Amino acid sequence: AAAMSVNADLRRERAAATFQPELLTHILDGGPERTRRRKEIETLVLNDPDFQHEDLNFLSRSQRYEQAIRKSSLMVMKLREYGIADPEEIYWFKSFVHRGRPEPLDLHLGMFLPTLLTQATPEQQDRFFMPAWNLEIIGTYAQTEMGHGTHLRGLETTATYDPSTQEFILNSPTVTSIKWWPGGLGKTSNHAIVLAQLYTQGQCKGLHAFIVPIRQLGTHEPLPGITVGDIGPKFGYDEMDNGYLKMDNFRIPRENMLMKYAQVEPDGTYVKPVSDKLTYGTMVFIRSLIVGDSARSLSRACTIAIRYSAVRHQSELKPGEPEPQILDYQTQQYKLFPLLATAYAFHFVGAYIKHTYNRISGDISKGDLSELPELHALTAGLKAFTSWTANAGIEECRMACGGHGYSRCSGIPDIYVTFTPSCTYEGENTVMMLQTARFLMKSYTQVTSGQQVTGMVSYLNDLSRQRIQPQHVAARTVTVRINDPSSLVEAYKSRAARLVESAAKNLQAELNHRKSKEDAWNRTSVDLVRASEAHCHYVVVKLFTAQLAEVSDAAVRAVLTDLCLLYALFGISRNAGDFLQAGILTSAQITQVNQHVKELLAAIRPNAVALVDSFDFHDVHLGSVLGRYDGNVYENMFEWAKKSPLNKTQVHESFHKHLKPMQAKL
Amino acid sequence: SVNPDLASERQTASFCVERLTALLDGGAEQTQIRRAVVEAIESDPVFSRENQYFQTQNERYEAAVRKAVHLHKKMHEMGWTENGPEYKYIYRALSGDVAFLLHRVFMRSISVLGSDKQIAKWIPLASQLKLIGSYSQTELGHGTYLQGLETTAVFDTATQEFILNTPKISAMKWWPGDMGRSATHTVVFAQLYIHGKCYGIHPFIVQIRSLQDHSLCPGITAGDIGPKMNFEHTDNGYLLLKNVRIPRENMLSKFCEVRPDGTYVRQGSQKINYFTMTTVRISLIADEVLTPLMKACTIAIRYSVVRRQSKLKPGEQEAKILDYQTQQEKLLPQLAAAYAFHFTNDYLQELFNRGYREIQRKNFDMLPELHALSSGFKAVITQHCTAGVEICLRACGGHGYSLLSGLPSLYTKILASCIYEGENTILLLQTARFLIKCFMAASAGQPVPPSVTYLAAVKHGKCPAKNKLDFLSPDIYTEAYQHVAVRLTSSTAAKLQDLIQSGVKKHDAWNQCTVQLVQAAKAHCHYIAVKNFAETVEKLETKAGIQKIMKHLCDLFALHGIFSNTGAFLHDGYTSAAQMDMVTASYLDLLAVVRKDAVPLVDAFDFTDKSLNSALGSSDGHVYQRLYEWAQKSPTNQMSPAYERYLKPLLHNTLSKL
Repeated sequence: AAAMSVNADLRRERAAATFQPELLTHILDGGPERTRRRKEIETLVLNDPDFQHEDLNFLSRSQRYEQAIRKSSLMVMKLREYGIADPEEIYWFKSFVHRGRPEPLDLHLGMFLPTLLTQATPEQQDRFFMPAWNLEIIGTYAQTEMGHGTHLRGLETTATYDPSTQEFILNSPTVTSIKWWPGGLGKTSNHAIVLAQLYTQGQCKGLHAFIVPIRQLGTHEPLPGITVGDIGPKFGYDEMDNGYLKMDNFRIPRENMLMKYAQVEPDGTYVKPVSDKLTYGTMVFIRSLIVGDSARSLSRACTIAIRYSAVRHQSELKPGEPEPQILDYQTQQYKLFPLLATAYAFHFVGAYIKHTYNRISGDISKGDLSELPELHALTAGLKAFTSWTANAGIEECRMACGGHGYSRCSGIPDIYVTFTPSCTYEGENTVMMLQTARFLMKSYTQVTSGQQVTGMVSYLNDLSRQRIQPQHVAARTVTVRINDPSSLVEAYKSRAARLVESAAKNLQAELNHRKSKEDAWNRTSVDLVRASEAHCHYVVVKLFTAQLAEVSDAAVRAVLTDLCLLYALFGISRNAGDFLQAGILTSAQITQVNQHVKELLAAIRPNAVALVDSFDFHDVHLGSVLGRYDGNVYENMFEWAKKSPLNKTQVHESFHKHLKPMQAKL
Repeated sequence: SVNPDLASERQTASFCVERLTALLDGGAEQTQIRRAVVEAIESDPVFSRENQYFQTQNERYEAAVRKAVHLHKKMHEMGWTENGPEYKYIYRALSGDVAFLLHRVFMRSISVLGSDKQIAKWIPLASQLKLIGSYSQTELGHGTYLQGLETTAVFDTATQEFILNTPKISAMKWWPGDMGRSATHTVVFAQLYIHGKCYGIHPFIVQIRSLQDHSLCPGITAGDIGPKMNFEHTDNGYLLLKNVRIPRENMLSKFCEVRPDGTYVRQGSQKINYFTMTTVRISLIADEVLTPLMKACTIAIRYSVVRRQSKLKPGEQEAKILDYQTQQEKLLPQLAAAYAFHFTNDYLQELFNRGYREIQRKNFDMLPELHALSSGFKAVITQHCTAGVEICLRACGGHGYSLLSGLPSLYTKILASCIYEGENTILLLQTARFLIKCFMAASAGQPVPPSVTYLAAVKHGKCPAKNKLDFLSPDIYTEAYQHVAVRLTSSTAAKLQDLIQSGVKKHDAWNQCTVQLVQAAKAHCHYIAVKNFAETVEKLETKAGIQKIMKHLCDLFALHGIFSNTGAFLHDGYTSAAQMDMVTASYLDLLAVVRKDAVPLVDAFDFTDKSLNSALGSSDGHVYQRLYEWAQKSPTNQMSPAYERYLKPLLHNTLSKL
């Protein structure tokens, strides 16, 4: 199969492209030098025989866990051997080793070690950091419980200080307080950073972090007082031992509370931390990673679906002619190209947030936290907006591949099950949207009380100027030019302003009727989520449009402009009601928008394959028979199927066990 | 005892749950029969699904074969027959987790496509399971577009045999269920060639495995196509034929026959056959599409009253998550859709029964309409319900992601329904073709079938609603749906004509309008679903609160459809911006109303805990305890070799050298 040449359809597609895909790849990577380095690391990993193994689709869950842990330990050694220390390069390395899947040491490397660095005192770092660095200690981060996730204040695990022995006594007082979900907790870790409600001198001091040994060093058996295990099979994450942890009067020394900020003195006196805003920083960072991940996961799914659609021929478009590529059907283009445009849009949003975070984290370390609230609100919303959209988009790509998309050989089921939890973890999406809404409502209130707001919400300032007229904000006229991205940014801005204002007014109306603020908020929350979505949508269109000016190559700029227009116009077409209701666009203009969307589909069609080639996923990383670079789909599906576990023997044992005895009796 | 948070929900039901269950079943006697079947199946340990989530593909397959064999015996014991009233409940009671489902399709295709002689020969063998059949239509390279199939069957007059071949890799049969490992025979669809001339696709019975030792017959290559998103219990297979010879009598010949000298004879009308294929699309709706959505709603709604999170009022207990408007907005429209489509299904069943009677009287007038309705509704209902199950899954947060919630399996199973029995986009375009044709006919003053007569009555009025309560009037919203359906069909028809008149070729014009055509077909089905729900409600008994609660669900279904597609209703000004605000207000009010009956409404679906197979959805609401106990049984909690092999060396300082 390896020696086969590239499928003729794909060859033709690539020859017909109007731009050089490498140039676009450089933009996505952040420069030719970054592309070169990424490919260097890719080659290093993919050519390493230590990282080869059987197709994971054919392994049981226990076997997949075993493979993952094997690769993870090698990965840690090799990263140090090669001296790779840049966070992005580590990310690439890990992603190539595990082919974009989670792995059991994720929490150790991504949460346990960093938390020690940021929250442990120097003495604690001496005790724990080097053993953890050398993997004698493997740790996880145990926050989520059975009964509580995003709502942290509801966590029930307790840590009660006993001054007589200078120990904390950890307990899981209810079934719902059992720690549930932490990655690497089930089988891998021997330590955990446990978040628990601190009780000292008879008072609850809220959530604090404790280092808790859970398994015996040497035998790896659970320690007395600890019940720990795997939470069982999941939709995906087969290689991850998400675990449970129950503690019964488990004692740890006072020095195991992470005490860089808050402290408990030997006599039990509690010393408060200086500021709690700092924890925002980590959240912003992790949520910004999810935005990037939304872009990458959707890009992978688009790559598979678009290449396959160029290879698959079906039915007839013109009587008497050969069957056309399914990518020539308008309905297929309408399913896939808006998603392709979305993948590009989200890529630029991810890059923007990362850049902004890096810029202001410098300010944070200097103690300037002024920009943090807005960035926090923005990333919460964008995390939800991009992960929801990508989640649905991956499924649309799979459906666009028909029956073969449903086979695990397509690779899309795996992308979906790996990605879909991002709608829940690091903050459940609806809750995230409501956090953004809270910021929007605050900004709106500021504007109505005569203050100016800055940043991405500055469009709200325009509302106060409109206030002189008693009408709806909708009454103002915007001249929208549907061929001009910057004019579309204005249209999205008006829509966001209208929905923010309408949510704010509804909230006020509820407040006027009822006593409780919470109740009024709840009764407006559907409106509030819509307002946040409109705000995020505006931000995405704005950032994509801004990116166009940065592109120097004319051919690349032309194709990105088409994608940007498609993204913006498709969004209008799908949410036509918002634009109509607010009077931003007329019905006639919506009809033009719908027509222009179809023209853009035809314009993008010749570049579709080149546009997914630009994402530059290696076949091994893509993990899809349908999405192979060479397009030799059918031959390789057959080769793949022959390796299925059900095909291990010519006659399945069920024949001897069940079928034969039955037939004998008849 | 029942979790008090769940128990309290049941005390305030505004209607009689048992009455509603009987309504859904089509009568209290049906409920009784169904419960007896479920009880008989669930009390038999062979049919247990408790370990299902822990099993590998091989184990799932083996269990399914074991169940199929056992079921054969069980039916005999219980006196259940294929024509008996119990039969239709068996599959639901097993949750479809059984092998040899394609064996039934094998038998049906022989009954429908075979001659009397062929039926007499094969059906007794098959019904006694002396052979196991499958149905081989789809190939690697072709699915819904049947004319594109590439397998060949060449008639050899000298030996009176057909020679079957897979001429290229894309012609390999791919996907047929029960074929990978189990089947001994299969019906193969192939292009028939006689004396070098192609006569199109025909069905042939081919033996693929030995009845003695189950080894593959000469010229046959067959096996399992590998892991899928679900259906791990089914051995979907591939089949490669190399000069496989079968006797002339093995071509199913009710409609077409090849005479010994190679003369091809077509006999009788295929229309009845065509009708049978159409009914399959409708017959799958109840078991394969509605049941999963109803189960998902049951799980998600019960869990949402047990799960408490964050506070709605300071100082109070944490709130049930179903009390959050955003959670209601996710789940309650899905619940309303489950009821709406249940009644749509009743409507379609009745229509098809009528159609069947007409066709037996050789009256084929209803066929085009039935075909259009079955295609469109198959697509719309599978798509809507699949999306609904996924919403339920995600509404359960992290725990929904655990297989033990039952939701991932429901989702991965239902989503296959969007593809099999016709890919949804293609089906919608078939409905659209019918709509355009009828619209043209109606415009020319010609008569059209009953479901599309509304297309003739194009009105240019405005929505008459004056306040938000007006939108609780079925006349108002049904009219709005009708308006949208007419507008989308008529504007697409006009666009098509414009293109053709401007010189664009017909097929190109069609392709350029397909996005709009799909929207028109969806709007048509949505309109009929709303209209039918409203009409059903009107006829319901007013006693026991049934009609009232169904009216709320009907309103919710209709207004949710408008709320989530406002553009279609605002376009051309039929509904004004102010009216759209009224729709939103009424819609949000309804959420709070239906919220109160949410648990009784899912209880009425009457799923046993065993059939839900979910830690989150059981009827006693002991979610966390069950999740904890069940997880401990996971094979991953048995000793894993990973520690000895990899973790131990790792933890014991292999790395300290660095």
